[in-house]
Amino acid sequence: MTYVVFGLFGILTLGGGILVVTSRNLVRAAASLVLSFFGIAGLYVLLEAGFMAAAQILIYIGAIAILIIFAVMLTQRVAAGNRVAMNSQWPWALLVSALTFALLVYIINIVWPLGIRAENVPVLAADPTRGLGMALVDWGQYVLPFEVASILLLGAMVGSIFIAREQHDD
Amino acid sequence: MDSFEIANLFYSIGQVWTEWLTNLGLSPEWLSFTNKAMGAVLLTALPVMIVCVTIMGERKIIGRFQDRLGPNRVGPCGVLQTIPDIFKLLTKEIITPTKVDKVMYNLAPMLSVVSVILIWAVIPLASNVVGVDLEIGALYFVAVSSFGTLAVLMAGWSSNNKYALISAFRGVAQLVSYEVPLVLTLLIPVLLAGTMRLNGIVEAQAQGWYVLLAPISMLIFFISSTAEVGRSPFDLLEADSEIVAGFNIEYSGMRFAMFFLGEFIHAFTFCGVIATLFFGGWRGPFVDQAPALGFLYFLIKMFAIYFVHIWIRITMPRLRIDHMLNLSWKFLIPLSLVNLVVMSLAAKLVQTPAMDATLWQLLPRWGILLGTNMVMIAGTFMILGTVSRRERHKQEAARVLEPVASGIQG
Repeated sequence: MTYVVFGLFGILTLGGGILVVTSRNLVRAAASLVLSFFGIAGLYVLLEAGFMAAAQILIYIGAIAILIIFAVMLTQRVAAGNRVAMNSQWPWALLVSALTFALLVYIINIVWPLGIRAENVPVLAADPTRGLGMALVDWGQYVLPFEVASILLLGAMVGSIFIAREQHDD
Repeated sequence: MDSFEIANLFYSIGQVWTEWLTNLGLSPEWLSFTNKAMGAVLLTALPVMIVCVTIMGERKIIGRFQDRLGPNRVGPCGVLQTIPDIFKLLTKEIITPTKVDKVMYNLAPMLSVVSVILIWAVIPLASNVVGVDLEIGALYFVAVSSFGTLAVLMAGWSSNNKYALISAFRGVAQLVSYEVPLVLTLLIPVLLAGTMRLNGIVEAQAQGWYVLLAPISMLIFFISSTAEVGRSPFDLLEADSEIVAGFNIEYSGMRFAMFFLGEFIHAFTFCGVIATLFFGGWRGPFVDQAPALGFLYFLIKMFAIYFVHIWIRITMPRLRIDHMLNLSWKFLIPLSLVNLVVMSLAAKLVQTPAMDATLWQLLPRWGILLGTNMVMIAGTFMILGTVSRRERHKQEAARVLEPVASGIQG
């Protein structure tokens, strides 16, 4: 049963991804991205990472995908026309993707084997979300990356507001 | 099996149903699957059933507000009006304009209904009647309601109509802006209850409804949820007088009706969420003895809030788009940020009382939380008063200068 669901979400993720790169219409490509994100959220649910799944949907579908679609729609010439999805550099792109894939397979299978074995499956806490929250503010664990990420986001926000601000000096 | 109790009606029905299926010879795996599937069907059907009642009620109430009778032809006092309406919508021709993006055009109405029905999966209808008591219920609610924005965007773009596209742009601006205060105030009940489980939040409200402990949060949540639903005074998405009908202009028949179904379900679903988060959900007298009563209390609270929602809808004129965005970014978001900081400090100030705390032990917590809220309300009004006074002076000064300026030019 789990494998069937995994297969479904896998097809959704990969199919969405293929549609993104092959679609001749940019808005449609951006909408296919939503499909792919949704598939990934489903995979998180299968891994019993409910918080990650909800965050995935909230941030990627609810914010990022909508922002991308919105930006594409605002550039009207792009949204209307049927663009060619490929250009002359596709063999190189294919080569790089194939190499990356091979590298990932190599790392996951041989360098740091991640195969699902009994000793590799972590024991889930009774309340994983609480554990995550505690880990993010615990000195011994992830408080520094958490704070650095939040400062980075704050900086990005201030920067974007500064760029978008109307000029009043003239 | 326990004896069939009317007081615990839903649980007993579930027991009878499970026993019947077991007697049919279903294996435990299939039994669990069948039960979950049945639950999903029932939870999907419930909001759609409620809609049939609320459409009628809403039209009647709006009629009364506007000093007319409302629908009064079909059935006693017109209460059956919805049924012929449904048949009319079902039998109407579905027209697909030639230049639309077919896939997205067809998906958008479904997505708009699905995004709101999904919320019902986590709302606790009674202490033991809840679709899934998710550990991350509150976050799930925010996550699935973001599909609604996507539906508006897809409908607006795929229709290949400039008014629909304008509406979609407005939709993104409005829905994304108001999602921020919505999420920020959603954190307050989570903070006070110490859990994101919606049933846990309801249980924690045995020590006082959060509308009394955090009235500001309730008000901000109510305003933002009205904006999320996209109804007057925030009905810029389908402002008939400006952009004809908005993102659903190219839709006809049942597809068009799906958008309205979505909007109606959305309206009272948000009222149900407010009832759950701030008004104690299924809590009420004797609910511990008779859990089935909880469903009744939940419905009563939901419809009471829905009535206020209709009241506002029919009273307020539409806001201009820049005013609406200013309300969110310059007023609601700063206020909800301050509210979040102050409330988390105030909640830490007093120890969370034990579940069996007496009224006297609860009083300090109530006092401090309600007191900080009152101080915040007073502060907000003072700041608003100062700002608006300054704004008025500026406008008056501009009015005095105007004729002089034009005189020089002429």
